[in-house]
Amino acid sequence: MEELLEILEDLHDDVDYETCTTLIDDKILDSFDIVTIVAEVNNEFDVQIPAEELKPENFNSAQSLYALIQRLENE
Amino acid sequence: MQTNVLEYLEQTVTRVPHKIAYANEKDHLTFQEVYDRARSIGSYIASMNLYKQPIVVYMKKHPYAISAFYGVVYSGNFYVPIDEEMPQYRVELIFQNLNPQLIICDEETQDLVKKLHYHGNVCLYNDIIQTNILDSLLLSIRERALDIDPLYIVFTSGSTGVPKGVVACHRSVIDYIENLSQVLQVNEDSVFGNQAPLYFDACLKELYPTLKYGATSYLIPKNLFMFPIQLIEFLNKYKINTICWVASALSLVSGFKTFEKVKPEYLHTIAFGSEVFPIKQYNEWKRVLPNARFINLYGPTEATGMSCFYEVNKAFDINEVIPIGKPFHNTEVLLLKDDNTLALKDEVGEICIRGTAVTLGYYHNKEKTDEVFVQNPLNHAYSEIIYRTGDLAKYDDDHNLIFVCRKDFQIKHMGHRIELGEIEQQVNMLEDITNACCIYDEEVEKIVLYYIGRKENKEVKKCLKEKLPRYMLPNVVKQLEEMPMTPNGKINRKQLKEDYQNSRRK
Repeated sequence: MEELLEILEDLHDDVDYETCTTLIDDKILDSFDIVTIVAEVNNEFDVQIPAEELKPENFNSAQSLYALIQRLENE
Repeated sequence: MQTNVLEYLEQTVTRVPHKIAYANEKDHLTFQEVYDRARSIGSYIASMNLYKQPIVVYMKKHPYAISAFYGVVYSGNFYVPIDEEMPQYRVELIFQNLNPQLIICDEETQDLVKKLHYHGNVCLYNDIIQTNILDSLLLSIRERALDIDPLYIVFTSGSTGVPKGVVACHRSVIDYIENLSQVLQVNEDSVFGNQAPLYFDACLKELYPTLKYGATSYLIPKNLFMFPIQLIEFLNKYKINTICWVASALSLVSGFKTFEKVKPEYLHTIAFGSEVFPIKQYNEWKRVLPNARFINLYGPTEATGMSCFYEVNKAFDINEVIPIGKPFHNTEVLLLKDDNTLALKDEVGEICIRGTAVTLGYYHNKEKTDEVFVQNPLNHAYSEIIYRTGDLAKYDDDHNLIFVCRKDFQIKHMGHRIELGEIEQQVNMLEDITNACCIYDEEVEKIVLYYIGRKENKEVKKCLKEKLPRYMLPNVVKQLEEMPMTPNGKINRKQLKEDYQNSRRK
């Protein structure tokens, strides 16, 4: 989780990722951020997020994104 | 001869009044509704005795905002689209330049206006569309109108820190739309999927051909450009067959291997521009849509929109670039070298544009206008203005233009045109900052800001968020002890860029 928070804080260090659950709905993340996150997650976790997992519910909070990464790691 | 863009609307509304003109996923306007609302808005503004003034349309991206544009035009004024997400500071800079007498808001933006230091008139879109139409007043306004009168102002990044407002007239837009529509082969069955924000000239590509041909434009929710499968599903749901997107939006779709899950079913015309479309991504699109037309567009805001096109009709090597191509009909490109003579064969020159599509220059900014809207240096006989783009290019063997690089520090980042100088200027104005420099790393598409000063990294980022639009915010911010300098005392940008790229590759 810490590595993920680091990736996210690099993008926007003024967001409380521990509590925020509206990263997409409140337009905190934009398409550039998503591209960066996907690339960084690939680097750090060696996990490729496939297109079908690119949906708002997976990116609205750090928690749900982390859950996605874990799910993909176990596959 | 047509002299006003509203003639497109007036002809189309008699032909297909009940067809959808502009829509998003929730709301839509038919041509009849666009016509009625625009004339109500026009009557309201004209009754205020405003004429040939900039009228700000400060609304969220929505079909209603488009009808407000045409309403402003009916009133004999010109529209200035402002983005609801633009930081307050930037809106105020723009207002200082415009001194607008009237702002049209929607329910959401009216609160934003209250926060501005603005004391002019404000009206609400939903109120003014109720205005009784004053036929004779609108008619008399039209009778006085000329095709060289301004139609809109859109703002573009300025290297001195102040955005510049490009003023375009009816004649330029008509010229552009006629020629662009021929290239795209627009007709009544065209269904556009708009990506560009309404506050850039890029949206003219959908707005006006829709009006001319009685086509339909869907405004795609910005959110979908993060979620490519949903994006393609949107295209399929609304049977969208024509798109003009920035190349990075197309790359996003193909780069995530979206086509393994869903393919566009109706798409037959794909135009892209504003930046380089990597061959690898183009090949992926071509593989999935072998029968579609792919058209590269190139052009500056100062020449209304797009000036050159290239229809991709051969295979390219992975490390080649797709040419800019040839100018539209009724537009000429002069490739001028430093000595103001024409570049020949393999020589590199600056793209200079000649034609009706060259705009009227920057609003209330004669100094900046005179720098780049200049007398054609090849013509000593009579007055003839060309626009110097600052883009350097050369010809290939088929006489297609190939983009080489910029003359200055302007960049294209995610389809947006940005002056690095504008970012630096805002950083330098912050307290406790003594020097700042931005570089752009094209390989990873990141704006990197270096600064010297006592301010913390976090603090700098926070301050910039209040001053710059989101797409201009540096992606990486680094504090330095001292700036690397060149022997003649300028910041050594080349070294900063090399340092950054080396540290990234480690």
